[in-house]
Amino acid sequence: MSKKWLVAVAAGALSMGIVACGGSDSGSDASGLSGTIRIDGSSTVAPLTEAIAEEFQADNPDVKVTVGTSGTGGGFEKFCAGETDINDASRAIEPEEVELCKKDGVDYGELRIANDALTVVVNPNNPVKCMTVEQVKQVWEPDSKVTNWSQIDGLQPPFDSEAAPYGPGSDSGTFDFFTEAINGEEGAIRKDYNDVGEDDNATVTGVSGAEGGIGYFGYSFYIENEGTVKALEIDGGSGCVAPSVETAQDGSYTPLSRPLYIYPSAESLKDETTKAFLEFYVDNVNDVAEQVGFVPLTSEQQSKASDDLTSLEG
Amino acid sequence: MFSEMPERTRLATAGAQATVASNLQRQRGSEQLKGNIFFALLLLAVAFALIGLIALIVQSAIKGAPAFGLNLITEGPSTINPEDAGFRPAIIGSIYLILGVILLVVPIGVGSAIYLEEYADGTKWWNRLIELNVQNLAGVPSIIYGILGLAFIVRGPLDLGFILAAGSLTLALLVLPTVILASREAIRAVPPSIRDGSLALGATQWQTIRRQVLPASIPGMATGVILAVSRALGEAAPLLLVGAAQFVTFNPQPFSADGYSAMPVLIYNYALRPQDEFRVLAAAGVVIMLIVLLLLNSFAVWLRNRYEQQW
Repeated sequence: MSKKWLVAVAAGALSMGIVACGGSDSGSDASGLSGTIRIDGSSTVAPLTEAIAEEFQADNPDVKVTVGTSGTGGGFEKFCAGETDINDASRAIEPEEVELCKKDGVDYGELRIANDALTVVVNPNNPVKCMTVEQVKQVWEPDSKVTNWSQIDGLQPPFDSEAAPYGPGSDSGTFDFFTEAINGEEGAIRKDYNDVGEDDNATVTGVSGAEGGIGYFGYSFYIENEGTVKALEIDGGSGCVAPSVETAQDGSYTPLSRPLYIYPSAESLKDETTKAFLEFYVDNVNDVAEQVGFVPLTSEQQSKASDDLTSLEG
Repeated sequence: MFSEMPERTRLATAGAQATVASNLQRQRGSEQLKGNIFFALLLLAVAFALIGLIALIVQSAIKGAPAFGLNLITEGPSTINPEDAGFRPAIIGSIYLILGVILLVVPIGVGSAIYLEEYADGTKWWNRLIELNVQNLAGVPSIIYGILGLAFIVRGPLDLGFILAAGSLTLALLVLPTVILASREAIRAVPPSIRDGSLALGATQWQTIRRQVLPASIPGMATGVILAVSRALGEAAPLLLVGAAQFVTFNPQPFSADGYSAMPVLIYNYALRPQDEFRVLAAAGVVIMLIVLLLLNSFAVWLRNRYEQQW
């Protein structure tokens, strides 16, 4: 009976081997580049980096690029420990993270690779078209007493419906950026909102299901759900501006348009493969950005990224 | 054994018994009513569990249907062409992870269980402490094991780096308490008369365990291991901490520093994307995982039937 047991294990191991062998047919290297590039960080930026990596690997089959999603902050923690080559970030690096990197002797550069417009969305039946930053703040500030849309000062047209706020959890870079831009302090927010964690699709479901629903997420989530939820125009002091590719690019959608970054480490820039990857990234980012749901760079922003990279390479 | 019957059989038996009982002995009306209500509540409880599972399977199958195809197991992830994307590196990663978990968890878990059941003196405080700890550890959230893995396996004392084997070790720690508890139950279920008979015939304690107790408890242990491995297969949170990436286009290797991927990590990431194509892929991934789980479970059932003993 112990023999059969052995046979079963052997059969299992064998089938494993067959699976492992299938598909390991990497083509010949046309470019001569090889090696591994480890990328981690923001789940917002990851799809863009993945798309670039995919095209880069098609040209350079011997290069192995991996993209993880520990979140912007979690990614920096690994990046500053020297465990990754590039960090995706949906916000700029923070002072504590600068300190952390300095402490461990990790030098780095910053490249802006796309734009985003954090979109405030409401139920399609909500008659309100535009909110000022102050009004948005009334809903989301830490000790907010707003439980009904009618309690928001100066809202036009008046709307009587129970307010149901939905937002991401505190691990998210989107959360960091929104609380900073609207409430004036990163992490400051009312405690009784519906926390959807990392799942922005849950915000779509929540807001489309509640007449008084309100939520926020990256522009790409709005584009995919245009009929289901309605985007508000935001008045940041100089009139109502709708989130769009143009207003995110020129920054007129303020204060909720934001740049997206990648942070390559100085150490990885010494490597020919990573250098080639970054050059490929900056040169091709606008070709794939819109395809995978991002707001592309303007041509000035793109040439600035290109210049930044050149100076990083020294 | 009554508890070993399939759900259906058990329900049918219970139903039959209830019918017979009500026909043979005319109970007082109110007592009979109470009995019927209790039975209905039991049925409701079973239905509740089953409906949840069926709903999940059906919903994933319907949602994922457009993505079904061979490319799901032959291709890697793709952000540019989600319609051609697949799970190959993640499937291979998960298989290696699970293989590693089994290799680690079976000897350690079964060994611990044999020690605790056959050798340990339950009146000594350290053995009671070990028992208490094992039971408590079985209830610790998986993310805690992820942090443990990051601090002690990936970095710190072991310093393995972000390799697949580190993921296996972390998952093995996560499910080890479950395996120990299940194996102990299985060993405890072997009638003492079997041991006594073996010892009376002159066998040593080791011979008794090796020839009598272990073979008799294999079905129970296999059930425990499969349950534990099924849980390990579905864990995403601890793997994210110990370095599993979602975008890996090459086949991962257990000890390579190139990086690795796993099914739950990729599914989790796809499910959070704004574009519907990726959520379809995530649903298809769920179906693939369910198939792998079913294969694992049917292997366990086969194993159990193969070694099932009657006394």
